[in-house]
Amino acid sequence: MRYSAAVLLAGVLTLSACSAGSLGSNDDDGSGKTAITFLTNNDPANVKVAEGVIAAFAAKNTDVTVKLDTRPQGSEGDNLVKTRLATGDMADVFEYNSGSLFQAIAPQANLTPVTGESWVGDLDPTFKQVVSADNEVYGSPWQNITGGGIFYNKPLYTKLGLQVPKTWADFMANNAKLKAEGVTPVEQTYSESWTSQVLVLADYHNVAAADPGFADKYTNNQAKFATTPQALAGFQRLEELKKAGYWNADYASAKYNEGLAAVATGKAGHYPMITFGVTAIETAAPGKVGDVGFFAMPGTDAAKNGVTLWEPSGIYIPKSTEGDKLAAAKKFQAFLASPDGCAAQAAATPVGGPFAVKTCKLPDDVAPAVKDLSAYVDAGAASPALEFLSPIKGPALEQITVEVGSGIRSAEAGAKLYDEDVKKQAQQLGLKGW
Amino acid sequence: MATATAGRRSTYPYWFLIPGGLIFTVFFLVPSVMAFYFSLTRWTLFDQEFIGLDNYVQFFREPALASGLTHTLIYALVTSGLKVVLGMALAILLTGPIIGRGFMRSVAFFPVLVSTIGVGLTFQVLMHPTKGIINQALAVIGIDGPAWLVDPSWALLSVALVDVWQGVGLATVIYMAGILTIPGEYFEAAKMDGASAWHRFRHVTLPLAKPATISVIILSLIGGLRKFDLIWAMTKGGPGFTSDVMASVVYKQYQAGFYGLSTAGNVVLFLLVILIVLPLFWLVNRKEES
Repeated sequence: MRYSAAVLLAGVLTLSACSAGSLGSNDDDGSGKTAITFLTNNDPANVKVAEGVIAAFAAKNTDVTVKLDTRPQGSEGDNLVKTRLATGDMADVFEYNSGSLFQAIAPQANLTPVTGESWVGDLDPTFKQVVSADNEVYGSPWQNITGGGIFYNKPLYTKLGLQVPKTWADFMANNAKLKAEGVTPVEQTYSESWTSQVLVLADYHNVAAADPGFADKYTNNQAKFATTPQALAGFQRLEELKKAGYWNADYASAKYNEGLAAVATGKAGHYPMITFGVTAIETAAPGKVGDVGFFAMPGTDAAKNGVTLWEPSGIYIPKSTEGDKLAAAKKFQAFLASPDGCAAQAAATPVGGPFAVKTCKLPDDVAPAVKDLSAYVDAGAASPALEFLSPIKGPALEQITVEVGSGIRSAEAGAKLYDEDVKKQAQQLGLKGW
Repeated sequence: MATATAGRRSTYPYWFLIPGGLIFTVFFLVPSVMAFYFSLTRWTLFDQEFIGLDNYVQFFREPALASGLTHTLIYALVTSGLKVVLGMALAILLTGPIIGRGFMRSVAFFPVLVSTIGVGLTFQVLMHPTKGIINQALAVIGIDGPAWLVDPSWALLSVALVDVWQGVGLATVIYMAGILTIPGEYFEAAKMDGASAWHRFRHVTLPLAKPATISVIILSLIGGLRKFDLIWAMTKGGPGFTSDVMASVVYKQYQAGFYGLSTAGNVVLFLLVILIVLPLFWLVNRKEES
């Protein structure tokens, strides 16, 4: 009896040891083709796009084979990318954030500049800025420009005769009507804490509209969230919605996909989110993408209403890629800034917003939420999110917004704590004046 | 013991020490010294800048630190205390005359063998406020269970309870070994003198199992102070910062790319564990000798 248990245990151990995949294989398959590796994050929708793009690229470039490699998302992925760059072990071409996170991987030391490439002229100017350091451009865009704001359920709006709100007061009035109807006015999903930041981050267009110089002052330690009324408003609105009892009952344990499903099926009227969520609605609530609309974070002034934009991440080539591989990697990078590359991305999954390449057109059948977003962009009522204008984004924002949104901490105390967090980040980056 | 200690030659020639010494130097000594050095720098993995004790100053100013420290101590004390009490109770049950003793002993020990991350993720599902089986079961008998991991006042305690469930098997085994070494004559003699079961436990088992108690307290206290995997799998320190402990504060700093700062945090955590455990170790050992 005792032996058999030991044998069973040993068997289980052996089996589990075998299941580990074999790492590392030949780069060159000997057929005269150049093989390169492309590293991107392992989000299932993202992997689908990567596979689609690689297939389309392979059809046009028969002399190059691209092997897909994935990494974790979020901070774990950040550390992996930094470690691989620091040890000279990076994939031949890789996808990584633009903006403040891009600055943190020391592009001047680690990446191959591509300023002279022909496709650089086709880039959206804001995107070009967030993949540049010291006047050199380093990346082509991966996927789309997306907008932060509020997803709303269109059938509910029609049924209750609601108008898309342009001011916070109008938004709260809509929430009251939804609540009276027995529908959750605003969905929150704190089981995945990153989703809690959207109300604050997506409010940045309103901050910038009231104080266009905020980003620079913030970077130079001259403006704080707690003492700038417009910036503090984001935290206060989070608190106000919680106090009004407008969250879903299970806000503390709900997940991102449940939030998307709630707003898509009409269980909730609103869900503050970034439009890349459009891609995931199809999985969360099949067939309901058409029922989800989008509007920008309402502010105090209806005339200045506009959307906060998230720039696409970039495709970069590390300095460790050389020779034939470098040429092949550059081809792949250029492909993503071409109409064919955009089309391949759009074919793989529903797009979440406009492309950052002038020569690319959105397909006609985009989701209503994306059309809503494009209307703001076309009208020029848009600002990049703060993390694309300043190298500083405090890492603890998502925990702070969970606390404010759960009533654990007041808006003022939350904003103050976030200012501390920002200070720590600035000091660690070695910025002047902190 | 009259061996000549002074001037005694080592039992082994020195070159016997080289393999072990090499491994120790490369894998333990060098990284430790480097950790102390990097804790004094601003380190981005790409370059580093010597900034003296700034990281330590920053670390102690960290708002999450004060609450993290309290949470760490609460967590260590709760898990350690419950493991002592429950481990002792289980050990008495499992050394007593019960049916299927061997099987029962294995069952009590099994959770120790399961991966901590697996346990954490499983309990995350079981403890779901509405869909979890724990609250559904409580609802059947008319109790409205708490929201466990997502309720700020329950989160840390919920994780501690799961930790106790997973770790009590080890405490039980240590106690069983301790109890089984107590000679049966003591129990018989006590019985002859008319001692009740409580008296036999209070005056025979408890004092004679003291070495086991010390081992359990020290092991579970160290374990509790540096606990990370279970907490990270279940709450990631949340909701907000309400179940953040030292180790998760340090990990989040590492995640944010503050490599120097998080190394400083680890040095502090290392010193903290030594500061708490060493005096405790001396104290109980001295008592044992006297």
